[in-house]
Amino acid sequence: MSHLVIIGNGIAGITTARNVRKRSDRKITIISGETGHFFSRTALMYIYMGHMTYEHTKPYEDWFWEKNNLTLIKGFVQSINTDEQIVRLNDGQLIHYDMLVIASGSKSNKFGWPGQDLEGVQGLYSKPDLDLMERNTKNIRRAVIVGGGLIGIEMAEMLNSRKIPVTFLVRETFYWDNILPKEEAQLIGNHIIEHGIDLRLSTELKEIVPDFNGRVSSVITSQGEEISCQFVGLTAGVSPNIDVVKNSKIEANRGVLVNEFLETNITNVYAAGDCVEFRTPKPRHPKIEQLWYTGRMHGEALAKTICGERTAYERGIWFNSAKFFDIEYQTYGYVSNVPLEGEQSFYWQHPNGKHAIRIVYSANDYSVIGFNLFGIRFRQKVCEHWIREKSSIEYVLENLGEANFDPEFFIQFEKSIVGLFNEQNPQKPIALKKRRGLASVAV
Amino acid sequence: MQLVPINGSAEISMSLSQNAYRDMSLSMKAGLGVFGFGLLMLFVSLTGASNDSPALFFFLSFGLSVIGGLIYIVPQIKKYRAGIRNNHIFFSSVMSRGASAWIIGILFTGFYIVLYWFPELISNWIRLVDPLSLILRGKSADQWFLYGTFYTLAVLVMGTRMIVKYRHSRYQILRTSSVMFFQLGFAFIIPSLLEMLNQPGFYFTYFWPLRPYSLWPSDFQNLLAHPGGLGIFMIFWGIIMTFVATPVLTYFFGKRWYCSWVCGCGGLAETLGDPFRQLSDKSLKAWKIERILIHSVLVFVTVTTSLLWLNSYFGGTILGNLSGNFASWYGFLIGSVFSGVIGTGFYPIMGSRVWCRFGCPMAAILGIIQKYFSRFRITTNGGQCISCGNCSTYCEMGIDVRAYAQRGENIVRASCVGCGVCSAVCPRGVLNLENGPSEKRYHLP
Ligand SMILES: Cc1cc2nc3c(=O)[nH]c(=O)nc-3n(C[C@H](O)[C@H](O)[C@H](O)COP(=O)(O)OP(=O)(O)OC[C@H]3O[C@@H](n4cnc5c(N)ncnc54)[C@H](O)[C@@H]3O)c2cc1C
Ligand code: SF4
Repeated sequence: MSHLVIIGNGIAGITTARNVRKRSDRKITIISGETGHFFSRTALMYIYMGHMTYEHTKPYEDWFWEKNNLTLIKGFVQSINTDEQIVRLNDGQLIHYDMLVIASGSKSNKFGWPGQDLEGVQGLYSKPDLDLMERNTKNIRRAVIVGGGLIGIEMAEMLNSRKIPVTFLVRETFYWDNILPKEEAQLIGNHIIEHGIDLRLSTELKEIVPDFNGRVSSVITSQGEEISCQFVGLTAGVSPNIDVVKNSKIEANRGVLVNEFLETNITNVYAAGDCVEFRTPKPRHPKIEQLWYTGRMHGEALAKTICGERTAYERGIWFNSAKFFDIEYQTYGYVSNVPLEGEQSFYWQHPNGKHAIRIVYSANDYSVIGFNLFGIRFRQKVCEHWIREKSSIEYVLENLGEANFDPEFFIQFEKSIVGLFNEQNPQKPIALKKRRGLASVAV
Repeated sequence: MQLVPINGSAEISMSLSQNAYRDMSLSMKAGLGVFGFGLLMLFVSLTGASNDSPALFFFLSFGLSVIGGLIYIVPQIKKYRAGIRNNHIFFSSVMSRGASAWIIGILFTGFYIVLYWFPELISNWIRLVDPLSLILRGKSADQWFLYGTFYTLAVLVMGTRMIVKYRHSRYQILRTSSVMFFQLGFAFIIPSLLEMLNQPGFYFTYFWPLRPYSLWPSDFQNLLAHPGGLGIFMIFWGIIMTFVATPVLTYFFGKRWYCSWVCGCGGLAETLGDPFRQLSDKSLKAWKIERILIHSVLVFVTVTTSLLWLNSYFGGTILGNLSGNFASWYGFLIGSVFSGVIGTGFYPIMGSRVWCRFGCPMAAILGIIQKYFSRFRITTNGGQCISCGNCSTYCEMGIDVRAYAQRGENIVRASCVGCGVCSAVCPRGVLNLENGPSEKRYHLP
């Protein structure tokens, strides 16, 4: 019987395993070193904040694996011998495979800052990182976070929940403005400050200074300022974790190199999730996708290929979401941080700075290209449908209620949004046609 | 109460609790002080010291506890920004089944046991609410009036806390106001006033089978015996609510129209029980037990009711004592032990909806309608779920919401009471309670 071995029990590895199991009863072994069971990495912050325990973050009960005949091994794969089709674990165990999936995830970036390995300095990616953070942040007076991405702001919220003062160093001119247009970046920046975070924009880390015991005692910024602190969170992004393929014949660049079928250069060896680098991504698709959603979609496509139905990974209409303290963010389609040639965008923001929407559309045929939503929930399938069908901005605004996914009784902003659009485009005023609610949803 | 961590078993929770205490504002401390004094006076009253001036002691105990509670709760509007603030819940002994939770559980349970079977032990408390009872009912209090007073005040004060906590959600504000309104008006004031007017102390918000007597022959006889048309109207009301309003409203809105908007048991769970909602058991095993238990109770109450009618039809000649035995066992086992002692007493151990989930026959019927003939569902928003688990953790009914959400499936579950908290705590806006065409409810990816 053919033996499928998966390295990594994250969303990519587990989705692959589950979907292969749905289609076949071959032997499946999942080897992972971080935790015994699959858990939700995205929920790490909630463990620290006391919203949940680690147990709550496991999407499946512990009996699930045995019941579905998925063998779990807790251990690290040290090396892969693709000629013999054998992986070696750090305890010396050798496991033979017929097919191998590498789903080894990411590692936190460190950019060679002086002092980056001091005690009290760390990234946040894994469960052990979280446990370390628990110890590192005990009885401290100030924390500094370096790097203004999504993990950085989560870390700020975590520390804030423990009443630990936070200084947040962000290289960009506005928070996350390498992704967000300026208005949105500013809106989130203001919200961060509202929560009492000492946000330092256009500021980089120069050096981390130790005390006599080799623990962090301060940081020095690119402005030359010294900030006293007992904890430094390094959250300047993550990179594919390719340690496991380093001494093998499996090709890697920044990530494990794959084609659109998630196949590596070696037959019967595949890769999925954060650790993957696409050799030739489609236009506007990144080479490396480091998201929960993409990990899941990789796994779904790969399971088909493994089971004989060779399927290209197709990520569909782009979407993503996050939460910045109290402001939820959703995005559908493409919204770039600086306006692209041939694109126009319409932006509405509530005076209270907690709700905003941006719709990007083509300057030629007015078809919608992307949505950014802040403090407003939209229906994914409606947005996808509009983008795929190239619905015009007028059509979308007229039918905005169809996309509204906010809970019942919530204040609706459609009137105000359309009002602003009509003000800016008085030539042919738009009238709202659809109310919110399932009855309006046509797709 | 909005609870702050108080035990420091683990090191972290020690430092946290210090943080949290240091963090309490002056008004919160004052509120706690007043609340504590009120509680103290309540226990002093138990000795009978209050019997000469019950009104004064009613104020000192009940009054000050309520005022203290509100002083503690309301200023948190300023202190904490609106939004989901479940911080430290699993570090708190009270809210995560620590020692304090067991103590509170034992106190709650003990209170129910005394209330049902040894009311003479709390006769001095009953005297305390005499003045209120005289005003509202025109007669002195009994243990049930005392219980009603406790219950209503708990719903009002903790309802205020719920509104403060979820003030960013209009759904939660309206829903909580609704249960507060129905408890105060329909489960406390109106039945009392009816008694004052020498009418049956009728509860317009409880029907068969939650209040099985509503369709029992004995109740019909009592109501018919009452002079004036009100008794007949009440019989009518009970029948209409059970056989017409329940299916129709549940078809349109799901069982939530009752369980989390109107019902008194639900009202207590959604207010006093909110700090404990995360303790419900999410395992598949618990779901299996739930389905067996809740439907057994439904069968039990249906059989009892049928037997009672058969017996009454045959003038008590055929079944003898059987139906009476059924009825009194139902009252003892289900009405007292299950819904009271376990249902509420175990809040800090098993979560806030033990009765609603495992026992309530009304919930069983509403659930069957919701599952098979309703326009209600929780819609999952495409692929946006990150499997974080907040929704499942905070589901008071123990539904593993995430299991559906992460597959992009809508949630159509008999037990869902539509409290809307999963939708509120979801950090990715994945879940939405919606009514709509019933055909496409079970949407699969
Ligand atoms: C704090 C945080 C918050 C996030 N929030 C979001 C979010 O809101 N939305 C979103 O889309 N994404 C989010 N992400 C990103 C998302 O979690 C990742 O993209 C996703 O978990 C990657 O899944 P994966 O299966 O590829 O890898 P991983 O989840 O990293 O799993 C790989 C596993 O393989 C193990 N492993 C690696 N090498 C070996 C070896 N040699 N032997 C054995 N085991 C090995 C690793 O220890 C790890 O457990 C977040 C990430 C973090 C850290
Ligand atoms: S809370 Fe939201 S994101 Fe988290 S598991 Fe539930 S549905 Fe998914």
